[in-house]
Formats: sequence, structure tokens, C-alpha cells
Amino acid sequence: MSSITRGSRPVILAGVAIAALALAGCSGGGGEADPEGPVTLKWFQGSGVETNIATAEALATAFNDSQSDIVVEVDASGPSDSAALDNLMKTRLATNEMPDMFWYNSGSLLQALNPDQTMLNIADEDFVSGLDDAWVAAVSTDTGVFGVPVQTAGGGGFFYNIPMYEELGLKVPTTWDEFLSNADAIRDAGHTAVELTFGDAWTSQIVTLADFYNVWASDNDWAKKYTANEVNFADDPVAVGGFTKLQDIYDGGYVNEDFASALLNDGLEAIATGEAGHYPMLGFAQATIATNWPDNADDVGFFGIPGDSADDAGMTVWMPPALYAPANTEHPEAVKAFMAFVASPEGCDAITGALGATGQYLVEGCAVPDEAPRIVADWAPYFEAGKVAPALEFLSPVKGPNLMQIDVEVGSGVRDGQSGAELYDDDATKQAQQLGLEGW
Amino acid sequence: MATLAPPDSTEAVVTVPGQRPPRRRYANAMYPHWFVLPGAAIFLVLFIAPTFASFYYAFTRWTLFDVEFIGFDNFVTFFTDPQLSKGFVNTLIFGGLTSGLKIVLGLLIGVLLTSEIWARGYLRAVIFFPVLVSTVGVGITFQALMDPYDGAINQALAWVGIDGPGWLTDPNLALYSIIAVDVWRGVGLAALIYMAGLVAIPQEYYEAAKVDGASGWHRFWNITLPLVRPATTTVIILSLIGGLREFQLIWVMTGGGPGFASDVLASVIYKQYAYGFFGLSTAGNVVLFVVVSAIILPLFWWLNRKQTDL
Repeated sequence: MSSITRGSRPVILAGVAIAALALAGCSGGGGEADPEGPVTLKWFQGSGVETNIATAEALATAFNDSQSDIVVEVDASGPSDSAALDNLMKTRLATNEMPDMFWYNSGSLLQALNPDQTMLNIADEDFVSGLDDAWVAAVSTDTGVFGVPVQTAGGGGFFYNIPMYEELGLKVPTTWDEFLSNADAIRDAGHTAVELTFGDAWTSQIVTLADFYNVWASDNDWAKKYTANEVNFADDPVAVGGFTKLQDIYDGGYVNEDFASALLNDGLEAIATGEAGHYPMLGFAQATIATNWPDNADDVGFFGIPGDSADDAGMTVWMPPALYAPANTEHPEAVKAFMAFVASPEGCDAITGALGATGQYLVEGCAVPDEAPRIVADWAPYFEAGKVAPALEFLSPVKGPNLMQIDVEVGSGVRDGQSGAELYDDDATKQAQQLGLEGW
Repeated sequence: MATLAPPDSTEAVVTVPGQRPPRRRYANAMYPHWFVLPGAAIFLVLFIAPTFASFYYAFTRWTLFDVEFIGFDNFVTFFTDPQLSKGFVNTLIFGGLTSGLKIVLGLLIGVLLTSEIWARGYLRAVIFFPVLVSTVGVGITFQALMDPYDGAINQALAWVGIDGPGWLTDPNLALYSIIAVDVWRGVGLAALIYMAGLVAIPQEYYEAAKVDGASGWHRFWNITLPLVRPATTTVIILSLIGGLREFQLIWVMTGGGPGFASDVLASVIYKQYAYGFFGLSTAGNVVLFVVVSAIILPLFWWLNRKQTDL
């Protein structure tokens, strides 16, 4: 019988070993390249946004067709929820388990991935010189450049319903006062003047974020001072406008009845079909309007959030997300070859082929196609006149994570604009401290 | 069985005459103590180590890539954050109200379902059913039912001429709507515990009270209520711990919103984690641990002391 006790030792050891293996997680697997065949690159992607997956696949297909040494495979199996995807990406980068390439935001969110340590630096590559300067700034740290753009840049501001403007004889506003009087006219005619969709809480931030052009116009160095903690929102009479304008919208009684529970698609439908006169939104959403309400695609126009001066009417621009590679990729040369393709006119054509004309390309030699939709066409004058500023999150790593909740409160009349700005400054302080920035 | 228990070495030593067997305590145990090793190892790796690690990380700025010791800064941030103070108050409201309602309703339902009523078995199943459903499923269902425009609840109210409120979109109501759903979901378990306690009360007490002419109310107040105290203790402890740590239902139904109106400690902690503030989030977990312990341990001691006094 004693043989049972002896025999159970290996069993226990095996049990511990199995547990240890299980704890070690599902590491490794895949990616061994046949030395004689083409190199296979995996492109990791979240599964949430279908147009992003379509773009990634269009780029991979165009590249695979153009040569035979490298095969790019898109793996769109990441979580659809952006917070879950964020954490998965951070974990994979921290544990060196990220596949060869991945799609991620540019601007302030990039800094949280600690690119200096975790990502492949492409600063010395030729194709970087062909990229827009504002773009390069949005994917750089002091020591490197890390990404190439996988979409176009677009404006954030107000979508407006053109037939409604024509019916009421309104003109595109160039100051905030003109905007408010337009909104009065639309409300008095019995329509929703401003559509808000707080059921998707992130949409509450658009007015605040898209107002940044006015801050930038008042002081071109504002973002730098903000990063250094020399200015803030609550004490700057221009910057506080991002919050008080949202309060104006609520106070004016312009808002749709179901604003607290309406979703992004409800807002896009309202602005496309003429239920609402204005909808604060980012440019990428025009692709959804074109897909879901094609008959109304040309009924929706765009203008930036107006400021105090008609001469300075401009637009805040959102940089597209980027394609990055982890620092430990096994095939850095192949990755760079693919990035060079993405950052070339052929890459732009692949994106246009997947989504149509969606905005301004940031690659030298790429042009917006002539048959651009109305919203994209409305951006052109701003770009031509140079009346554009990148959103603050592309100029500064400081972005308080609770802005959407604070803006929901301001936009619902729970809190006034001034106290919203103060609360947001506190929130930004917390984030800057967590990033370990100097001077906070 | 005994031959299984002593390790070989002990067995060999025991056969030597006149020598005192060493480590007698071990030899007398039903199983050798190293049987607990696998379990202890797993417990150490999966529970003890992370617990101590989290106490350490709570004092750091931790980005997954770098760890920097920053003393009590995370706790200072946590306690000066307006979002937290709101979450803290909401946690107490949530834990207190759900626990109180589950006790009152659970006891009433328990009394009802242990008495001789029609379709008792069916009603017991119906009351217990929500306990079996996934919390996320309950949350999504009620989110749809409570939609202020298309939701079934407000449409039903509209039929009788009442203009229903925004159950989850009104900042003053959101937390209480979630509390109501949590009670609906959890009261079945409380009722079940009470039913077990109620059927254990000997019928002789009631018969003796009846002979003395006690009314139904007197019998409930003077016999039932004191004698179900063990069940009450269990329900209080279980529902209070659950309520103070509640996350899933709140996250699914409102995400802590609108604004910060329905944020509780657990959802604040999750948000910090999602923002990548891992050190701060861990500090929040330590705060939650301390708060739950500080409420539950004295309460547990007090409730059990009363019980033995009885």
C-alpha cells in the first residue's frame, strides 16, 4: 500500500506543473516563418468598428497583391469594447506578446502605452519625411516616431441639416452668437435645434473638444503651457467656452427630448433626415450617414464650433489612428516595408477603395478624390485657409479621463459650465500625476 | 486506511522495538500534513501573494511598464477626488438599502411561502428564479425595460396616464432604479434562507401561544422574529457584503452614469483601471477591502454576540 503514497508524489508534482503551465498563460504559438517562404506578419485589431477592419483588410490585400516576399494577415479578434481592448494591448505590450503590428489611437492615448520602451521606432525611415508634421507630432515622443496613419484626418464640430437651413433662410454661423440665433430660429420653428446623444456618453465631449480651435487661435502655445501646468480651462475665459457653450445649448432649450438615452445612430438619423438642425460630431461619422441614409448624405453639411470673432472661424482636426509595431517584433524590416506601403499614395488608394473619400490624407502625394461627400467638401476651405488646429489630445498628453461624465452633467443641466471646467481641471491633474509629468 | 496514512519513513522507524516513534503528532493524523501542500501552494500563489502584492502596488505609480513608489499619494488622490466621495456615499446607500429591503421583503415572502397558501411550490420557484439568471442578463433586460421612451415600464405607465420618469437617465433616480432591480434579483435568496429558518422553528411554540390566546401578529413578533435571528444574520452579512461590492449590475445598466450619479466604489475602481491608472485603482481596491472589513467584521461580531445572549 505504501506504493500509493510514493506514487502520488509524481502525481502532485505533475499537478503543480500543470497549474504552473496554466498560470503561465497561453503564450507563444504561431508565427514561425518557413525560411524559404514569405514572411507572415500578423496585424492585431479590435473587433468593434467594422470600417476599421475593412480598412485594415483593404491595406493588407493591396500590399499582398503588390509583392510576394511578405504576407500581412489581419487578426480582428480583439475585444470590441475599447476599454477592454486598451487593457489587452497594454498587457500584451508589457509581456512582449503583441503580434507584429497593431492598430491604436494617436495622440495622448499613445503615451499611456509607453512607446519608448515598447514600440518599434521608425524615426529614421525615409517614408516618415513624407508624413504631415502635425501627424508626426501626434505619434512621437522626445526620442522617436512610432506610427503611420491608417485613415484620414477630419474635422470635429457641428453637422447641420442643409434643407432646414434653406427652409428657414439661415446662414452658416461664424460666431457663437450667430449660432445661438440660428438655434433660436430652429427651435421656434418647432424642430430640435441641437441633437445630443448621451446614451453614448462619449458623444457628450464633442462640443468641448472641438472648441479647442478657438483656444488655439487665441494662443498658439496654449497646449504647451497646458502640458506644463501653466494654464487651465477654468481660469481661461476662452478655454472655459468649451464647457459654457454646452451649458448654453442646454439652457437655450434646444435639445431633443430623449437626449439622455439617445445613441449615436439616433443622432445621425436625426441630422440626416431633418429632425434636428445641428449635431455636434466628429467627421468619421459621415461614413455611417453615407451607408445608412444614402439619400440624405448630401443634406448634411459641416461647420467648426464658432468662437467670438468671425475672422477667426476655424475647425478642430482629429488625427486618425495609426499602425504601430512592438519593439520586439521578429521581422522589423518586413514591418517597415509594410509601413512604407501604408504611408504611400498606394496605401491611400487602398483606404479610399475601402471607405470612399473620408477626409484629408496626411501622406505626401495623396489627394482627396473629387467626388467627396458634402461634409468632406465643407472641410476643404478650412484646410486651404490654414484655419485648422489639431485637437488638444494630439498636442498634449494631458487628457482627463472623466471628461465624458463631466460633459454629460454640464449638458444635462446638473452642473454649470464653469464648475464643469473646474472639475475637469482636477481630473486632468490626476491624470498628469499618474503619467508622472513634471510640474503637476 | 491507517496503512495509507503514515509516510514510509515513520513506518520503518515504528518497527524498531523500544524506540519512541518520532513526530507522533504527524503519525496520529488521519492524513499526512503534506496532503495540504498542493492546496496551500495554490492558495499562496493565487490569493496570499496577490493580496500582499496589491498592498504594495497601492503605494506606487504603476503603468504595467514601470513601478515607482510614491507613498500615500494614491490614497490622497482617491480621497480628494469628487468622484470618489460620491462613489463612497453611493456605496453605503446601495449596500444599506439593498440589504435592508432584502431583509424586510425576504422575511415577508418567507413567511408567506411557508404558510399554507395556494400554489406554494410554484410561487417558491418563481421567487427564486431571478437568482438563477446572470446579472448581466438582468441588467440588459431592465435597461431595455426602463428606457424612458420605448421601455415597457413607461409605456405601461402611459396607458394609465402617468408620464414615467427617466429611470436610468435622471441623475436623482438612477441609483435607486438599480437598487430596485438588485432587490428584485436577490430577494429570492434571502427568502430561501428565511424559509429554511422558519421551518426549523418548532410548531409547539405556536400551539402554546395559541392556547394562551396570542394573535397572529403577536406570534410573529414574539416567536418568529426572535427565532429566525440566525437567518437574519446570514441575510444581513451576505447581502451587505454583496451590496458594498456591487459592480456588474451598475456597470451594465448605467456605467456609473449619468455623470457620476450611480458610481460606487467598485465602478470607480474599474474606471481607474480602464484609464490605465493601475496603482490608483489598486489603492481603491485596498480602500474597498478596508471599508468592507470595517463594516462587516464588527457587525458580524455584534450580531453573533446577540445570538448567543438569546
